[in-house]
Amino acid sequence: MSKIAEGLLYSESHEWVKVDGNVAIVGVSDFAQEEMGDITYVDMPDIDDEVTAGDDFGALESVKTSSELVAPVSGKVIARNDELEDKPELINEDAYEAWIIKVEMSDKSELDALLNAAAYENIAK
Amino acid sequence: MKYYDKLIFELSKPGRTGYSLPSAGRQLPGGILWREAPLELPEVSEVDVVRHYTNLSQMNFGVDTGFYPLGSCTMKYNPKINEEIANMPAFTGLHPLQPEHTVRGALEVYAGMDKALVAITGMKHFTFLPCAGAHGELTGLMLMREYHMSRGDLARTKVIVPDSAHGTNPASAAVCGLDIVVVKSKEDGLVDVEALKPLLGPDIAGIMMTNPNTLGLFERDIKEIAELVHGCGGLLYYDGANMNPLLGVVRPGDMGFDIMHLNLHKTFSTPHGGGGPGSGPVGVADKVVPFLHIPHVSGFHGNFGIILRAYAYILMLGREHIKLAGKLATLGANYIKESLKDCYKLPIPTVCKHEFVFDGLLEPNGVSTLDVAKRLLDYGFHAPTIYFPLLFHQAIMIEPTETESLETLDAFIAVMRKIAEEAKADPEMLHAAPHNTPIGRPDETTAARQPVLKF
Repeated sequence: MSKIAEGLLYSESHEWVKVDGNVAIVGVSDFAQEEMGDITYVDMPDIDDEVTAGDDFGALESVKTSSELVAPVSGKVIARNDELEDKPELINEDAYEAWIIKVEMSDKSELDALLNAAAYENIAK
Repeated sequence: MKYYDKLIFELSKPGRTGYSLPSAGRQLPGGILWREAPLELPEVSEVDVVRHYTNLSQMNFGVDTGFYPLGSCTMKYNPKINEEIANMPAFTGLHPLQPEHTVRGALEVYAGMDKALVAITGMKHFTFLPCAGAHGELTGLMLMREYHMSRGDLARTKVIVPDSAHGTNPASAAVCGLDIVVVKSKEDGLVDVEALKPLLGPDIAGIMMTNPNTLGLFERDIKEIAELVHGCGGLLYYDGANMNPLLGVVRPGDMGFDIMHLNLHKTFSTPHGGGGPGSGPVGVADKVVPFLHIPHVSGFHGNFGIILRAYAYILMLGREHIKLAGKLATLGANYIKESLKDCYKLPIPTVCKHEFVFDGLLEPNGVSTLDVAKRLLDYGFHAPTIYFPLLFHQAIMIEPTETESLETLDAFIAVMRKIAEEAKADPEMLHAAPHNTPIGRPDETTAARQPVLKF
């Protein structure tokens, strides 16, 4: 049984969002890392890139598959977790600690379309 | 079994050789043929070399040594007559730059093969240039793009691919510069025609389909799909990786496909694996013929030796017997499926074609598909394809091919049942399998994260 952290928002494509003022911190859920298996590579956008809600912003590769990362919100990338370049396994170790990008949101109302922990539980099984 | 525990470089001892020559100074004219630096080759005796490579070769697993039920790969036996013919000096001595009138025999092989494949597939013409299945896909998609562009139809930038497709389909479309739109499958594993309809429009270049699909199921709605796609101005691409069960029975051309490739190294019994050489001839319907390269045959034209082997296979079987290949492959797959469905989870219970997919054990007891596959190696069988297609989380994809006897299929079924029993009794033993192979579970994760690419 995978963990679902309280207090975060989730997308149906298994990304999580932690809201910090106008900034969205984005990662993938514990369910996603479990489904992927050992993650071997994280493809991330560059700082200042624009991401659009619903579009790919990068990808995860694991031993058995690869999967696109879908942006849960739109905005500008203001930080990326460069530690993941050498240590993609951090996502396997703790999916909620290993954030991937931080986005300065252009439209906070997009958060309304995301799921809370209780609603996400129905999808992540 | 001798273990392969050292590289040939690690066996090296300074000064050890496998030859003895008289002092070179007396034999060679001075000043030429002398190296400044020594060759950095392993220094080993002849017997070291022979034992090293003989042991290494015996650790290999091939279709000549055992049953190889690798789904979607059609690892059928490669008849030795193919090799005899391909090794005839009249063929091996050919050079691609020879004048045409001196290579009439080879040209006849291309012409005969074109005729045979046209008869088998219902296409109009084939090109033999592509050297693998994915190479064929890319060639086919480029033909599709040329077809649309020649009509001034420049908005067709999207290709529809079912979610059960071989991964090469979207990859080839992306390399060709086309965008990919995924169409979902229904519960029964077939393309959802209702989900397809809203995707169709003036931006669709075509659809890529495998039929039977990667679940081994015949896409029964193919005629309707063809009408819909043609109706919106798109073309149909047939991924021939799963052509084996249809040989001599159903033709992609009759289903409405406009462009297709065949994997000669699958359906037509040429060697498979180890990096090739493969061959992925592309066939096209009438309306796409003008976009094939000209001339249709020339000196440097695909893997001739492989095309020759496949031609030998077709001629050896002949028009009547070739029909048996697909039927027996289908029978064998259904026989294994029905014999094991009380131990392994069968997500789609309908009659399959040449292959089918289990979704792990019925009573897993913590034992994964990977554990089952590893344990099969202990019993001398090659593992099936696992974790593909992605529609099922514990996928085991089994394709026996027509070349296996009833006794072989029964032996495989018995072992699969035994593993299901072992899963109940001793799951730990399965987590640690294989126990009888030189290497057990290579650390794929570290290999992917920190690859060491040279010795």
